[in-house]
Amino acid sequence: MTQNMPQKQKTKLVPVSREPALLTERDADKSPVLECIDLGITFGGLKAVDNFNVTIGRTEISGLIGPNGAGKTTVFNLLTKVYQPTHGTILLNGKDIHDLSTAQVNRAGIARTFQNIRLFGELSVEDNITVAMDNQMHYTMPEGIFRLPRFWKEERVMHERAMELLSIFHMEHLAGAKASSLPYGAQRRLEILRALATNPSLLLLDEPAAGMNPSETAELMENILSIRDTFHIAVLLIEHDMNLVMNICEGIAVLNFGRIIAKGTPEDIQNNPEVIEAYLGRKKEA
Amino acid sequence: MEFLSYLISGISLGSVYAIIALGYTMVYGIAKMLNFAHGDVIMIGGYVSFCAMFYLGLPNIVAVLMAVVVCTVLGIVIERLAYKPLRSAPSLAVLITAIGVSYFLQNSALLIWKAAARSYPPVVTGAVKIFGGKLTVSYISLLTISACVVIMIALTLFVSKSKMGKAMRACSEDKAAAQLMGINVNATISATFAIGSALAAIAGVLLCSFNTSLMPTTGSMPGIKAFTAAVFGGIGSIPGAFLGGLLLGIIEAMAKAYISTNLANSIVFAVLIVVLLVKPAGLLGKYVPEKV
Amino acid sequence: MTKKMKQFNSLKKTTRVDFATYFGVIAAFVIVTVLQSNGSLKRSVIGLLVPICCYMSMAVSLNLTVGILGELSLGHAGFMSVGAFSGIVVSQSLAGLIPNGPVRLALSMFVGALLAALVGLLIGTPVLRLQGDYLAIVTLAFGEIIKELINCLIIGCDEKGLHFVFNLSGNKTVDDLGLSANGTAIIKGAQGATGTATIASFTAGFILVMLTLFVVLNLTRSRAGRAIMAIRDNHIAAQAIGLNLTKYKLLAFVTSAALAGAAGALFGLNYSSLQATKFNFNLSILVLVFVVLGGLGNIWGSLIAAAALTILPEALRQFADFRMLIYAIVLIFVMLATNNPQAKAFIKKLLPHRRAAEKED
Repeated sequence: MTQNMPQKQKTKLVPVSREPALLTERDADKSPVLECIDLGITFGGLKAVDNFNVTIGRTEISGLIGPNGAGKTTVFNLLTKVYQPTHGTILLNGKDIHDLSTAQVNRAGIARTFQNIRLFGELSVEDNITVAMDNQMHYTMPEGIFRLPRFWKEERVMHERAMELLSIFHMEHLAGAKASSLPYGAQRRLEILRALATNPSLLLLDEPAAGMNPSETAELMENILSIRDTFHIAVLLIEHDMNLVMNICEGIAVLNFGRIIAKGTPEDIQNNPEVIEAYLGRKKEA
Repeated sequence: MEFLSYLISGISLGSVYAIIALGYTMVYGIAKMLNFAHGDVIMIGGYVSFCAMFYLGLPNIVAVLMAVVVCTVLGIVIERLAYKPLRSAPSLAVLITAIGVSYFLQNSALLIWKAAARSYPPVVTGAVKIFGGKLTVSYISLLTISACVVIMIALTLFVSKSKMGKAMRACSEDKAAAQLMGINVNATISATFAIGSALAAIAGVLLCSFNTSLMPTTGSMPGIKAFTAAVFGGIGSIPGAFLGGLLLGIIEAMAKAYISTNLANSIVFAVLIVVLLVKPAGLLGKYVPEKV
Repeated sequence: MTKKMKQFNSLKKTTRVDFATYFGVIAAFVIVTVLQSNGSLKRSVIGLLVPICCYMSMAVSLNLTVGILGELSLGHAGFMSVGAFSGIVVSQSLAGLIPNGPVRLALSMFVGALLAALVGLLIGTPVLRLQGDYLAIVTLAFGEIIKELINCLIIGCDEKGLHFVFNLSGNKTVDDLGLSANGTAIIKGAQGATGTATIASFTAGFILVMLTLFVVLNLTRSRAGRAIMAIRDNHIAAQAIGLNLTKYKLLAFVTSAALAGAAGALFGLNYSSLQATKFNFNLSILVLVFVVLGGLGNIWGSLIAAAALTILPEALRQFADFRMLIYAIVLIFVMLATNNPQAKAFIKKLLPHRRAAEKED
């Protein structure tokens, strides 16, 4: 596989400040980035997700697959605290995120994309990315209004970082375009860049290949791998495109009716009878 | 005895708020919008019944019926012309349009009937003395409270038992799914506005009978207060509108009696702020999380 | 093209538009001042100069809440009212201490802005942390309530300082203030403020408009502005990228209130007598019409709409009765035209050159 990422200084996109309590050095530490222990949520009488036990390694690419309605996006919503779990624990970099809000979870290190694209339509492509870097900027409102030096310095740094991110998908020329004017595929890619801009430890991608043709999907596969290699982050993706999943995921969990029915490497999953039954149904007795 | 008199006054005021709040809460439940024009439909109901009684010399019952018919039609027309085209628009656009409609109604009334307050003849007059003559309850209070109770029971039965009621509940949960099940969503929404506006007409008649005066801005403040009542009880909940309305009426009457007449409105406003601070979903409301 | 023009064209589009806006306001001010000193302006127009500046500032500050944050505020007149009366109190009570008019005016506008900001913080905090249309109803109620509260205020000043009476029962009068013989009553309950020294000036109005533009435009083009617009466009995604929704919503709302307070102070010090009922629902709707007509989020549009709609009624006096009705229709119409898919398609057909221009950017 060819590396189409230009060799850039890796240090440029490492943020200038971090909350030390929640995050550890990404390169050195080999502890898992995410641990879900008995995670679940019950809506009324329905157990939408139950007994969800998963560990994701620091730079692991994992996949979450299953039939429609299995609860995959619900898992994402639990991890990002859009829903508060009714039982279980989520440890992000070893710390329990039970009391965190959605915004706080992002600051702690989880970023996501959405199944239905949620871009900031009226903002430019570049602004969609720089607004995601808001937590890495520190100039105050008066400094912004009076255009003091710190404003110019930080804006310039963020502009450069945004252009670097855009270069991953060769979208630099679209920087000034309005986000809602982009074609569908470009919008999906922008959402990924926006999530990356928040400097996460774990990137959640919700059906990143939806609506892509095979060559676009192949390019996306390379992009995900190089993103992982450049930023040293873990990726958890929900996907229906089995080609993508089997090719780049190192670990896969299969969800059906809110419960994990199989966990393992791509080979394990492909040969698992329960998985086959979940997707294709049981073979009729002759 | 004085306390009881204030209490009854509060309950009748609260009954009017409850009837108005029902209109707000039903429309919010189905169309997910704040119908600012609701308060002004009340005012139109007042003026129509006034004209019927004053200029046409019609008996009270007929005047009330006329008001109900006119307001029902008005509500349906407003919905079709101003709100339906914006069903998929962002909520800010719908809000601004609603304000526009409200403003339109107020200023039309101003042009037609002028700004001067009209003396409104109550639909029923007289009072009854109870507790051996120590407490006087006006017939209009009794009428208001009984009207509220009747409406409350009728509406609850309608929404839970009738076909249209079921359609309304379905539409308030998921419009798209309801449509796929064969429900005529447009007709259901129109029916909701129709019922709400009919209730507004009745509230208008009762309110004007209570205050014995009528101006183009008569509906504005009660509309705000009734919306506060709907939020207080839980927006989208019919029993909540009832409860919120009654409680708010009692609070306002007590505030007027024991604290200050000038600040009664501010106290109602303070109630709204406290509710939003403590339990935004309201007393009987449920917090429905957004689907992501 | 000259070098300067080349430099100008190389700037970002938003920067070019901002410079053009400032330039337009400066040019208008210069032209009007020249006409005024020539004696070419009618008396009625001269009387409108300060109010026009106030309305232009109000429209821009309301646009920050409605157009840029995307939340409907219906109590902008209420913030103006807070600014006006606090400004009057400051100006009248310090008349002896600070005889210089412009300095006193600046101080009054500052205090007006501060007080309005505090009130905005007070009513915004419980409401803005919620998702939904609550701000509209709360600000609507606020606008009504503040009138009532100010009507209960009786404030006077003498050598001992400020005297303050809250007329809850409706029975108190100026005498209850206990002023000495040298004292004056500034705000007299329902009568409002009378005997105010009118220290407002067109120059101050111009500075107000420039200041409002400076604050709103620079805020919008900074990280706070991006965050606020992101929240407007998609609050769920905004949370997902770590933005604190309440903080930014409050920032926009309080800034908007503060600017309205400053405009209110200038407005209040333009009239020798002023009652709280002047800042009513009609005024809030009027400013909303300026914003909607000028375009939600379009700052220079608000300026032009505010100026035009203040001057126009003077010219079309015979239609005065229908003015409010027309505003209502304008609100409904513009919303339908900009949001209804069929209407938008229809208008796109009428203006093909606009589509091509959009593609360029």
